[in-house]
Amino acid sequence: QEAKTSGLPEYVKIVEVGPRDGLQNEKVIVPTDIKIELINRLSKTGLPAIEVTSFVSSKWVPQMADHKEVMRGIERYPGIQYPVLTPNLQGFHSAIAAGATEVSVFGAASESFSKMNINCSIEESIDKFEEVLKAARNMNIPVRGYVSCALGCPYEGNITPAKVAEVSKRLYSMGCYEICLGDTIGVGTPGSTKRMLEAVMKEIPLNALAVHCHDTYGQALANILTAIQMGVAVVDSSVAGLGGCPYAKGATGNVATEDVIYMLNGLGINTGVNLYAVMEAGNFICTALNKKTNSKVAQASFNIGAVN
Amino acid sequence: PALELSLSPQVSAAAAAAGAFPKRVKVVEVGPRDGLQNEKTVVPTPVKISLINMLSETGLQVIEATSFVSPKWVPQMADHTEVMQGINKLPGISYPVLTPNLKGFQAAVAAGAKEVSIFGAASELFTKKNINCSIEESLARFDEVMTAARAASIPVRGYVSCVLGCPYEGKISPAKVAEVSKKMYSMGCYEISLGDTIGIGTPGSMKEMLTAVMKEVPVGALAVHCHDTYGQALANILVALQMGVSVVDASVAGLGGCPYAQGASGNVATEDLVYMLNGLGIHTGVDLQKLMDTGTFICNALNRRTNSKVSQASCRL
Repeated sequence: QEAKTSGLPEYVKIVEVGPRDGLQNEKVIVPTDIKIELINRLSKTGLPAIEVTSFVSSKWVPQMADHKEVMRGIERYPGIQYPVLTPNLQGFHSAIAAGATEVSVFGAASESFSKMNINCSIEESIDKFEEVLKAARNMNIPVRGYVSCALGCPYEGNITPAKVAEVSKRLYSMGCYEICLGDTIGVGTPGSTKRMLEAVMKEIPLNALAVHCHDTYGQALANILTAIQMGVAVVDSSVAGLGGCPYAKGATGNVATEDVIYMLNGLGINTGVNLYAVMEAGNFICTALNKKTNSKVAQASFNIGAVN
Repeated sequence: PALELSLSPQVSAAAAAAGAFPKRVKVVEVGPRDGLQNEKTVVPTPVKISLINMLSETGLQVIEATSFVSPKWVPQMADHTEVMQGINKLPGISYPVLTPNLKGFQAAVAAGAKEVSIFGAASELFTKKNINCSIEESLARFDEVMTAARAASIPVRGYVSCVLGCPYEGKISPAKVAEVSKKMYSMGCYEISLGDTIGIGTPGSMKEMLTAVMKEVPVGALAVHCHDTYGQALANILVALQMGVSVVDASVAGLGGCPYAQGASGNVATEDLVYMLNGLGIHTGVDLQKLMDTGTFICNALNRRTNSKVSQASCRL
């Protein structure tokens, strides 16, 4: 009842990016069987979507070199989406051959970021994605489009909401079913989040929008709350807050799934996810990585032995 | 890059004008008291004094200096008189101190205190475990402090603990929080700081609680003191701001763990709060860089890492 009367969505879909975005940005490279175990555990938590791996050259992203083995090795539960990243047509074909049934492409709202990251302009990157979208359309494979640097760029600084809206619109009209807006360096605050979403919502329907907030400056939950208050109902997060920030040494990156779910539970918003099960999966992967969790809920809960 | 530390004036002004947020927020810095009181390492008096002096240079208008409570109960604050007498008291800055009873109040005033705080709770069990009496009895004790304070023209700030949950009782009804807040406000407290003592609240419970309290206490006399034990602090503060609250407590470097969940964090970091307020175009008067430098200082003294994410991200190692 709480969610209904407050104007917030009744249900929020959590897209778990720990196994890909998380592990890709951890210092320690995790063996294939651990990756598979993590994903299998996440599949039992109620999470509706789990980003599995990235079909990118192992030269660029060695942490994801075992993409084929992981894709083939995981248990695929009915009703759960297992998207993978495919930066180009070659990656797309490889992903399909390995059994992928959903893919993601990564655009950026910053020219400099695009250049530094994938060595081409935004326009050129979109041309590459066009090939992927075409192939995906032929095979009825849904494609999710990410827009990085939606609230700021490590090279350019401020990013205009208009630019984010423009790139989002391009990806959406090319056929992406959902546009995920990423605060790549976590610099955003509720103010900039609101302004950016207002601009994007003029071009993209609300139910095709998702937010991917980084917690590098501790702003993630406040930004996610702002997005939810505006009607966004798809939120990315990473179990145990896996994945540091490659642009600020020692800083955190992804927001922890546990902390997001705790907030949504408290707001009376349904996610279908068992918080305790996610904490256990988080505990598993942190043990394997020999690191402490970045989730405050996990830190608090494991120490008093009680969960709310 | 300095991008993350500043906004262009045009963007700030536009942001402040557009939303339902207050234009200014008063940040109450509780690091030297609530922070240090809940750190494992006890900090020597000169370090405490340096910390408060550094905080005084950041633009913060209120810095909770110490607690005039018996060192038997709170050894970390045993040097309260020395600290109070040793700090530079800059004009325009308030240095409130905790005074749990009349004796503490008198010692505080003798040491030069010009503002005091008293601590109530919305939970009977918490009050019993914490100060060994009922809520009613604790308020009777405070009445003595209020009377003395009124006579000495000393403003009193009232804290209400456990507003979003209690480590012993669990759920706390918003009605109870409103009742205790109303009592303390009518006793003469100029401000009521609502504390999520175990950090268990979420934007939903914050909204519910504030709605109840705002029926009894004007929003201009309300403050929130959110703990970040479950990572919810900034989201909870955001909701409080949306409802018109314009006074927020925080602790430099997020000093002060949670005494009820071993190893868990406690206070929200002032740096992270100021970062959010800056981004919202809300004026605080606080220099974020100086604040971070102060956080670095005290963390070095405590030989611990900062709990502030802004500090972690901005630190060039």
